Amino acid sequence: MTSTGEAVQFWVLAVIAVGGALGMLTMRKAVHSALCLAATMLALAVCYLAQGAVFLGVVQIVVYTGAIMMLFLFVVMLVGVSTADSLKETLKGQRVAAVLCGLGFGVLLIAGIANAKLSHFTGLAEANAEGNVQGLARLIFTKYVWAFEVTGALLITAAVGAMVLTHREHVKPPLTQRQLAAERVRENKQVTPLPAPGVYARHNAVDIAGLLPDGSIAENSVMSTLRERGQVRDVSHEMLRRMAELENRTADWLGRPSSERPRPGTPPSPRAALETVPNNESPSEEAE
Amino acid sequence: MNPVNYLYLAALLFTIGAAGVLIRRNAIVLFMCVELMLNASNLALVTFSRLHGNLDGQIMAFFTMVVAAAEVVVGLAIIVSIFRTRHSASVDDSNLMKL
Amino acid sequence: MNSLIPLLIAAPLAGAALLLLGGRRLDRSGHWIGVLAAAVSFAFGLVLFFQMLGRPVSQRAVDVKLFSWISVGGFQANAAFQLDQLSIVFVLLITGVGSLIHVYSVGYMAHDERRRRFFGYLNLFLAAMLLLVLADNYLLLYVGWEGVGLASYLLIGFWQHKVSAATAAKKAFIVNRVGDVGLSIAIMLMFTQFGSFTFSQVFAAAPQESRGGLTAIGLLLLLAACGKSAQVPLQSWLGDAMEGPTPVSALIHAATMVTAGVYLITRSNAIFDLAPDARLAVVCVGAVTLLYGAIVGCAKDDIKKALAGSTMSQIGYMVLAAGLGPIGYVFAIMHLVTHGFFKAGLFLGAGSVMHGMNDEVNMRYYGGLRKHLPITFATFGLGYLAIIGFPGLSGYFSKDRIIEAAFAEGGTEGWILGLTALVGAAVTAFYMTRIMLMTFFGERRWQPDGKGELPHPHEAPRVMTLPMIVLAVGSVLAGGLFTINDAFVNWLTPVTGHSEGNSPLSSGTVTLITIVCMVAGIGVSYLVYGRSAVPVNPPVGSALTRAARRDLLQDDINHALLVRPGSALTAALVYFDVKGLDGVVNGVSATIGGLSSRVRRVQNGYVRSYALSMFGGTLVLVATTLLMRSV
Repeated sequence: MTSTGEAVQFWVLAVIAVGGALGMLTMRKAVHSALCLAATMLALAVCYLAQGAVFLGVVQIVVYTGAIMMLFLFVVMLVGVSTADSLKETLKGQRVAAVLCGLGFGVLLIAGIANAKLSHFTGLAEANAEGNVQGLARLIFTKYVWAFEVTGALLITAAVGAMVLTHREHVKPPLTQRQLAAERVRENKQVTPLPAPGVYARHNAVDIAGLLPDGSIAENSVMSTLRERGQVRDVSHEMLRRMAELENRTADWLGRPSSERPRPGTPPSPRAALETVPNNESPSEEAE
Repeated sequence: MNPVNYLYLAALLFTIGAAGVLIRRNAIVLFMCVELMLNASNLALVTFSRLHGNLDGQIMAFFTMVVAAAEVVVGLAIIVSIFRTRHSASVDDSNLMKL
Repeated sequence: MNSLIPLLIAAPLAGAALLLLGGRRLDRSGHWIGVLAAAVSFAFGLVLFFQMLGRPVSQRAVDVKLFSWISVGGFQANAAFQLDQLSIVFVLLITGVGSLIHVYSVGYMAHDERRRRFFGYLNLFLAAMLLLVLADNYLLLYVGWEGVGLASYLLIGFWQHKVSAATAAKKAFIVNRVGDVGLSIAIMLMFTQFGSFTFSQVFAAAPQESRGGLTAIGLLLLLAACGKSAQVPLQSWLGDAMEGPTPVSALIHAATMVTAGVYLITRSNAIFDLAPDARLAVVCVGAVTLLYGAIVGCAKDDIKKALAGSTMSQIGYMVLAAGLGPIGYVFAIMHLVTHGFFKAGLFLGAGSVMHGMNDEVNMRYYGGLRKHLPITFATFGLGYLAIIGFPGLSGYFSKDRIIEAAFAEGGTEGWILGLTALVGAAVTAFYMTRIMLMTFFGERRWQPDGKGELPHPHEAPRVMTLPMIVLAVGSVLAGGLFTINDAFVNWLTPVTGHSEGNSPLSSGTVTLITIVCMVAGIGVSYLVYGRSAVPVNPPVGSALTRAARRDLLQDDINHALLVRPGSALTAALVYFDVKGLDGVVNGVSATIGGLSSRVRRVQNGYVRSYALSMFGGTLVLVATTLLMRSV
């Protein structure tokens, strides 16, 4: 039996850990999954500390949460966003079967643990008598020294392996600007520079598309990553409305007849009306 | 509270991780699920250590962490190189094993 | 000095290996290597012969063990050679006539691209034949026997671009196989009955064997002899074998290979002496073949096929003599040697004629060649006189003694055999005279060749005429030399035994009747082919002639008796195989294939799907473990 303090701590940590795990499972974006997992790992680290595994608890925070999870985040950033993030299942029956298997497995594990006679916990007071780190060190450098050395070799191998896998040899010299331009002409791509984002000096954010003469947005003025994520902010309606107001004010001042004034709030063109997404319902907000 | 609850927690986390491997398609998330399973077993090992009153369980957990680190390094490198050639991190896109 | 015996075989074998493995660089000199190998072997043979002459009679036979060949339990086979009076006769004949034919081939095959290979095969043949006659046990003899079959196959089919040659080679090979089966079963029987197949042990054990067993072995040996020596009923290959180059016909199908059967029977005299029934079969086969070959020889217009019929007939004489037992063995071998000389000479002469006539073989397109080919005419004529048994020439001495021995068999049997042999002698004189007249006498019936040119007959180069002259000299002298003081009889008696039969007719009477028969044959032939002109297109002829032109329907008989039922049996087996066995096999495989293609869908290539099955498997394992613990 443990103290009440530990019991309280356990229930708090258990909730955090399971919540994090479920979050990792259900979050659409890999970044969010990684953060959820980090939370679970931190909770587990505290569990280790509570169970007398001081060294492991610290290592869990430093190595797992600090190094490995950051490596994950790094790779997530490197790889970027892709369709793999979709939670829609493509294999028929896979999700149902997976959930059933998971449930069955969980029930089996829990039944197995419940069946085991685990009433007496020895506790680590004796083993940790001269300190947890000293105890571990004694074991690692005596009983487990061989395994320890082998894991060292494993780590070296893994490091070299990662380098070999990600290293890319340049088999030909990088293309010069002239060659790139020639290639663009040959492949019939856009030869001129791409249009810049931002509208009339009112916006200069990279996610706001420039406007074409007919008032619709120029998709290729926004970088492809944002376009793929659906994070293009379309401000054309507001711009056009403000333009119309400005012209109306000018017309008032000049005393023009109403037939020559533009009507406020009309969409710039049917094409733009169909294709652009309303500003207040941007997909990035929807995802969050 | 009986410390055996830690084991139940470990079982639960392990199951969630396993289900995640089966459900998620993003290779990186899949990897995270594997890590979760490893962590769950680490928790069980630490609890066993406490159960038996010696530090061997903790040593096991320690080695698991080392191996997991190595595995993550290589695994992520593989994911990156696959992504470079196939422009996809989905495990379903690499189904060339099929006839 | 007995170590020379293996060298006898080794020389041509080395020549064959060198020529066949040496490649193109030997193309220019290869034929002389072949000649040298044969000549060296002949020289060794002569040395051994004179050594043997120098020894007393009881020590003339020598045995040389080379190495232990197969040794398994009670089964003991040595690579050992036995050189006795009989073997040395064969060795000298094979290497002597063989060397002459090698020399002849240098000229005959001069324009053939594959001459080197031809000489390699000739050497291979010599080696195999020498192994056959030198072996001291039946198993080693069998090796040589098969080697001879292989070499003859290669040589008959040497012009493999001709379909007829390839077919003839296969035919010879397959017919020979039938005989070989007889020999192999005979060897197996010997091993089970006597526990050995060494000549000396088999012959020593033979008297204790039952008569039935000996008869069975004798009949099987006869079957083997029939195959190799082209005796009825396995005679059909010899005529077709004339598709090979003419030196091959001379070497294999006249002088040496076909005599292997006679050698086998003579060598096994201890068995045949104790099995009168088998001997009777031998005699019958010999007598039937004698007439069969003679009749075929009368009807053929192809000079080589006519000579082939003659060969068959003469071998028939030898087999007949060998079947007569101790009174005939010696004469069988004597006729074999003299026949080796004159038949080789005749074939080489035929080759020379063909050489001069643009390879034309039809005698109806010859005629009047004696002025154009004087040397060929002279040598061929001497061979002709020898074969018909003209008094004083070698054929006279050997054939006359066989006819005498046939009469000496005694009783009705003796009369029938003697009369058959006499008829054979008359028919021999008839068809040989026919060949002579059609080829060298009469008016020219030359036909233009493919390019519209008439042939220009010319004498062959000296390298070809020289062997012909040597053989002609042999044909004239051999018989006479052998009979001086009964030298040949005395020489062979220690091996084969010899007894003088008591003929109902005196020796002089038989000789007289034989000469009368011969003259009658010549006379009839002269009346038919010499007095009147020979028609260029063959007349229709009687039923017998037409049948004889088709080798007395041998192929039709074989086809009806063997090929048709065989084909039907094979077709039935194929049907059973396709419908029955294949049905079962294919059904099983189709079932498995169908199941697999269903099961294959599980393998969809998605890692997560595989992970699911792994996870499910783990689940089952854990559940099972827990259940087993709780039980």
